[in-house]
Amino acid sequence: MHAQAIAERAIEESHDKSGASREFLTFALGDEEYGVDILKVKEIRGYDIVTRIPDAPAFIKGVINLRGTIVPVIDLRLKFKLAKAEYDEFTVMIVLNLSDRVVGAVVDRVSDVIALQPDQIFDPPEFGQTVDIAFITGLGSVEERMLILLDIEGLMSSREMQLVQRLAQ
Amino acid sequence: MGIDVSRFREAFFDESEEGLATLEAGLLALENGQADEDTLHAVFRAAHSIKGGAATFGFPDIAEVTHHLESLLDQARSGQRRLGSPEINALLSAADCVRQQIDAARAGESVDTATLKPVLSALEGLHEAAPAVAAAGASDRVASASTTASAGVGWRIHFVPEPHLLKTGNDPIGILRELHHLGECQVRCDVAALPGLQELNPEALLLGWDIELTGEIAEAQVREIFEWVEDDCTLQVDPLAPTAEATPQAAAERPEQVASSAAPPKVASASASEQASIRVPVDKVDALINLVGELVITQAAIAQDSSGLDPVANERLLNGLSELERNTRHLQEAVMSVRMMPVGMVFSRFPRMVRDLASKLGKQVRLQMSGEATELDKSLIERLSDPLTHLVRNAVDHGIESPEKRAAAGKPPEGTLSLAARHESGQVLIEISDDGGGLDRERILEKARFNGIIQEDPATDEEIWQLIFEPGFSTAENVTDVSGRGVGMDVVRRNIAALSGRMDISSTPGAGTRLTIRLPLTLAIVDGMQIAVGDQVLVLPLGEVIESMQPRPCDIEGVAGHPRLLRMRGDFVPIVSMRARLGTPGEAPPLTESIAILVEAEGRRIALVVDQLIGQQQAVVKSLSTNFRRIEGIAGATILGDGRVALILDVGDIVRGLRQPQAA
Repeated sequence: MHAQAIAERAIEESHDKSGASREFLTFALGDEEYGVDILKVKEIRGYDIVTRIPDAPAFIKGVINLRGTIVPVIDLRLKFKLAKAEYDEFTVMIVLNLSDRVVGAVVDRVSDVIALQPDQIFDPPEFGQTVDIAFITGLGSVEERMLILLDIEGLMSSREMQLVQRLAQ
Repeated sequence: MGIDVSRFREAFFDESEEGLATLEAGLLALENGQADEDTLHAVFRAAHSIKGGAATFGFPDIAEVTHHLESLLDQARSGQRRLGSPEINALLSAADCVRQQIDAARAGESVDTATLKPVLSALEGLHEAAPAVAAAGASDRVASASTTASAGVGWRIHFVPEPHLLKTGNDPIGILRELHHLGECQVRCDVAALPGLQELNPEALLLGWDIELTGEIAEAQVREIFEWVEDDCTLQVDPLAPTAEATPQAAAERPEQVASSAAPPKVASASASEQASIRVPVDKVDALINLVGELVITQAAIAQDSSGLDPVANERLLNGLSELERNTRHLQEAVMSVRMMPVGMVFSRFPRMVRDLASKLGKQVRLQMSGEATELDKSLIERLSDPLTHLVRNAVDHGIESPEKRAAAGKPPEGTLSLAARHESGQVLIEISDDGGGLDRERILEKARFNGIIQEDPATDEEIWQLIFEPGFSTAENVTDVSGRGVGMDVVRRNIAALSGRMDISSTPGAGTRLTIRLPLTLAIVDGMQIAVGDQVLVLPLGEVIESMQPRPCDIEGVAGHPRLLRMRGDFVPIVSMRARLGTPGEAPPLTESIAILVEAEGRRIALVVDQLIGQQQAVVKSLSTNFRRIEGIAGATILGDGRVALILDVGDIVRGLRQPQAA
């Protein structure tokens, strides 16, 4: 319910800003290309040693020290159940600045920053993604490429990510 | 005036709360007869400045209540009234009222006038009633004062302000103008104290005035003008052209004036100590502490990296580094001490609470407090106040018996409750002891059996006392609104445990109960033992570690083929493998090649099995939940010298986790 509401709000927002283009950071997870609002991105850094957390799902890699604060790291490839999730010198982490927290997301590769006009953004399809439809705000089309635009804020604060305190035990 | 006063409201609220605390403490001291004139003056001043502030910041209702408070106090101050217990009660409830009003004003609300009315009318009633203990002499004096006031044709005022008067924001010119409004003034300025122009300090007020005020003016009217400055000046108000009757009165009044002119030096020293401290928002201090924490980590990293350097070739560098280490440590200690506050901050509320409770329950209780100056981290102080309040209530409600019962037991009717705090081996110890009836062994057992808390009777008294910390346990005969609802001691113990503290009870039937709380000095830094599990480093708070050893095969007891119990110090304790808990990849080394650490929490011991001990180090605790959430069994995280994150284990949580499946 909650996540749905966030997604709807995000869609509304994207419609509201008709006329103004929005910028997205694009990254790759396997063969699919995704985009997140550039304003949510704090920095991009290489994948570092993480400290594992007990009793956490596999996609929560652990925590890192980001200049003195403890930041959790999520592997989006594992979260989206991609076949391969390898860690090498090209593996990067997008540090996201969400409304109340900072989270690191591991992706295969960061591509570029793309500005999308409102007419380049389409409503998300009903099915076919590995991601819960609730967290897709739309599809962006750039020339021959298709971008899946993520509601990263909603995704990261959703219950299934287990990043936020569970309310009821 | 065009100045936005709302910005200063917060300061007014803070100051008023401090003022109320002073007022309350003073009143209680007066009631116990431990107070002197100075206390009374301090109480009066507190009421007075709240009143002034309230009027300035637009809280007429607060000003009204404090005005009544002040008038009654003024009578006491001028010797017309002795403060007996009805007066103190009325004053205390008025102080409560003001506190409510201030809380309400903070929230932008106002207190219902209906709640104020009884308090106000009580104060007014007392104020208007003939002063209770006004001796003949005092009432004479009032009478003669009033005759001189009406008969007088004017006043000679000798007004010499203290040099710092201008710094208090008062302006003598304004005072003189106001006097001028009362009647005709002849003002003579005394410039004798002024130095030459070169030594002149423009901020110091070195002038004095002699004023002759003519007209039919009451003395009180004159004194009112000097109300704001009377503590900061020498003021003498004599009737002009004294008549024969008035002279002795004026002479009689002199000693009082001598007393009031003797007061200013004290006030001056008080304001000097005020200037020696500043109000700083807590988050600024926290930011400072965080930065210093970073510095400590960086310093530790440099120390680690430089440990392999050739000491001969790099002598200067290494010397510099060791100096850096020392300075960093001192800086950290200094910054941490900023957050330290005296435990008296919590204790200060108890005299009032104990007094009210005791009178409500018809008991006589004397509260003794010691070690109020013992310092403790601010966050601990704040979170200590609820559990301590609960324990003090319990002691008054259940611990100390009624005067009749005490007399029957051959004890003095007045019970003693003592609160003591002190430092002991890097911890803070707080003791709450009473000389009441002690814990009733049989009743506790009976109750525990009845509530199904125990199946078998524990053997030792220690174990029996621990039962009162079990959830749903209460032995009070009556459920009062003071305590005895069966929620409580378990919550208290949990709260104390959450502060990494421990509680112990000892009790002697008929002689009283003593509760001891042990707390760490701060929660921001933990003395930890670093342990290795696989490729990860963990920190185990040292306070919970009892010993560590390499298990011998004969000490390991298997259950269904798995090693489950370990013999340590003659006991079999459950084994908790940290590898299993952390989900560490790779083959675990055999138990006999690992290290077992015996830890204790909540009265239970377990053996944590880890790969290796690394060493002891202080760790700056970082919260995991800032960007993440709480994790079971983990108290927080710290950053190691190499920049990696190490998790800090929460042994209490691990022990509870073990217990849960059995309870369910």
